[in-house]
Amino acid sequence: MQIPILRLGEVYESADLVELSDHLVTHTANPGLIRRDLLRIKESKAALDRIPAEKLADYCEAAAELFMHAELPCGDSMQGPQDYIEALSALTRLPHTLVRMNMGKIHAAMSQIRTVIGGLTRGIPLEMFDRGVATMGDLDVNFYPATDSLGVSLPSNAPAVNSLWIPAPVMKIPVLLKPGREDPFTPLRIVQAMIQAGFPKEAFGFYPTTHEGGDTLLTSCGAGISFGSDVTVKKYAPFKSIQVHGTGRSKILIGEDFMDKWQDYLDVFVTSIAANGGRSCINTSAILVPSGRDEIAEAIAAELAKIEPLARDDENALLCGFANTDLADGIDGMIEGLLADEPGATDVTAKFREGDRKVEAFGQTYLRPTLVACDDRGHSLANTEFMFPFASIVEIAQNEMLDHIGETLVVSAFTENREWAQELMMSHHIERLNVGPFPTNRVQWEQPHEGNLFEFLYHRRAIQGDLAIVK
Amino acid sequence: MSSSLTVQEAREQLDARTVEMIHWHFSPETGCPYWLDWAKNAGWDPREKVKSFADMLYFDNFDDEVLRKEDPAKFIPKAYEGRPYNVFETGGTTGMPKQRIGWEDYKTDYSEFSEHYGPDFFPQGANWLMVGPTGPRRLRLAIEHLANVRGGACYFIDLDPRWVKRLIGMGEMQMAKAYQEHVIDQAVTIIRHRDIQCLFTTPKLLESLSLRMSLADAGIKGVFAGGTTMTPQYVKFIQEEVLEGKINYAPTYGNTLMGLAISKKREPGEYSLTYYAPQPRATLRVVDPKDSTKIVEYGEYGRVELTTMTNEFFVPRFLERDEAIRRPECEEFPWDGVGDVRPFQSGTKTVIEGVY
Repeated sequence: MQIPILRLGEVYESADLVELSDHLVTHTANPGLIRRDLLRIKESKAALDRIPAEKLADYCEAAAELFMHAELPCGDSMQGPQDYIEALSALTRLPHTLVRMNMGKIHAAMSQIRTVIGGLTRGIPLEMFDRGVATMGDLDVNFYPATDSLGVSLPSNAPAVNSLWIPAPVMKIPVLLKPGREDPFTPLRIVQAMIQAGFPKEAFGFYPTTHEGGDTLLTSCGAGISFGSDVTVKKYAPFKSIQVHGTGRSKILIGEDFMDKWQDYLDVFVTSIAANGGRSCINTSAILVPSGRDEIAEAIAAELAKIEPLARDDENALLCGFANTDLADGIDGMIEGLLADEPGATDVTAKFREGDRKVEAFGQTYLRPTLVACDDRGHSLANTEFMFPFASIVEIAQNEMLDHIGETLVVSAFTENREWAQELMMSHHIERLNVGPFPTNRVQWEQPHEGNLFEFLYHRRAIQGDLAIVK
Repeated sequence: MSSSLTVQEAREQLDARTVEMIHWHFSPETGCPYWLDWAKNAGWDPREKVKSFADMLYFDNFDDEVLRKEDPAKFIPKAYEGRPYNVFETGGTTGMPKQRIGWEDYKTDYSEFSEHYGPDFFPQGANWLMVGPTGPRRLRLAIEHLANVRGGACYFIDLDPRWVKRLIGMGEMQMAKAYQEHVIDQAVTIIRHRDIQCLFTTPKLLESLSLRMSLADAGIKGVFAGGTTMTPQYVKFIQEEVLEGKINYAPTYGNTLMGLAISKKREPGEYSLTYYAPQPRATLRVVDPKDSTKIVEYGEYGRVELTTMTNEFFVPRFLERDEAIRRPECEEFPWDGVGDVRPFQSGTKTVIEGVY
């Protein structure tokens, strides 16, 4: 199978090919292709502008079903849903169950596109994207596109993050995508579903490319979104037009009022840490408790240790293998090194599992779930994140938690304490807040994920005078 | 520079050149202080041991740090004593640059390059524009010589690669981009106001220029480019889109120590580049990165090793910062070529190729 480049909808064959497996080759775009295509981006924008946003939302809903159920073009072949699941699993080592779960999330983001956009715009009617003006109550509001293109550099480890860019073409902003090396399938399948459903093909660029190509995509489009580590965040910090989704460092905070009922939510802890193979930025990577650390740690660790590697096509599989075994070696070595060299941290899961954290099974390398109890919140393992189900647990007084959580993508605060919940609501460290015993990976489609795509792509302008002519 | 020799004749020519140059550089009457001192300390006389190019393996890989540490005057061959010379530099983003001295070598290299291409490829008598690193570089004089031997004049727009690399190293990507725009602005101005038909530049600057203007409509007939990696896709893109299939394109591989290696003619639809060193004055081998005495098989990647042997300069077995595919001789050049050159990836240093 050959994965092509889509240059604003047109298939382009590169002379640089990358062999991803015995039967899979991707065509690699040189950065210049992207720069050159951007010279024609106004045509892409005009093609979207010709279609009412209501109709684009209809197309998106139809695309959701195509993405989930149809045979769609994938390079020089057609790919059905099961083919997609198997191909993606083979490249990323995600078990089929998790690929299906990610498919479900993408389907939901597409099929509920009106809810998603309504959540982003706080209920502005879709026709605003046709005219720039809408009436909210007694107030006329005018938003204008801040860019004519959105460049997105996607990761390989989390197919569902594609749901973040899906609203853009409905909001009439063309998208240029750089797929992650090991997941060319998901963004291409979404794009093909959208084109089949009625979107103009020139609204989409799809460029398997190098790191330099990724930089070009992000810095040359009027707006860019990237995913990565703290290093990625630092790299793009000078670029105001680039939004980076970095390390999540998502946390569960247990309030004093939940100290007598945390036992009822062991499944929430486990889901928060281990769902999606522990690979998401919304997976819990630290649990902060006001007291009783060891008792809580032992209870969670015992549950986590029950999660064992299974074959990729096993219906109960929860753990992901590592396509890059060096990465697994590196992570395992780092954890072991920090446990040995920095006093005050214990792998609580070790005594509940049989054998080592790193294990070879079913022809691949796995890292088993790990919970590390830290005596000190400053320990190197106390606020870090790895690409497998890993979390730390630290004891810290409730009234000190907010001062020490640092930048956190998701906080699930297990509390019914109104005063503390109020403090949490006002914290500038938290991007997404779940009040109550909810898993950190919970998604509600009317709420923005990280940043607000609408506010990123559209800016509001003061508008006065006789607006009858534009309504 | 195309050769009419057979493969065997080319080998014999290289062997003869090797013996001649070894005698030249290691004889007190003609050699330079650096190599004569080196021979005293080495404990062996290259003139006795080196009887063919294969015997160059008696030398270890040349350490180019020498070109930073030593006074360039130590490389003046006795036979050139008293003649004014040029000092050419490479590197130097931080600390001392590497320096090489020279007299006529660059003219020889670029006259041969000129002869390789017919009068129409780069129109005879046409003016040139060089957009790229000038300053203390051999290339600046070389391109002007090339323009002159073809009957034209040469305009220059400078780009300081040391500053670009420093900006990129500091993470100042926006400033690097602004500097590139500044360079392109100047180039566009010259092309619009003067009769320019030939360009020398780097592939990235060439692409940037083409985003601002149609080079074909501007009257450009031939482009000579080098300096960074050109993958097959890059070549395809340059030919089809940047040059619109209307402008002659001569990609080359070269540096201050070697001179320049010409790329062989390609069939339509063929985009992979293979470069051939200006043998016998310089020779490129593709060697095993773990044992540079061994060359890799044809079709395999290995590290590029350069040996330069002119009367002016001698460098044995210098390991370049590049890797390439070993390719066989071709119709134009009866010796090995280096294909699809790219930065050597097994090294520990991060290579910044820069905007140029």
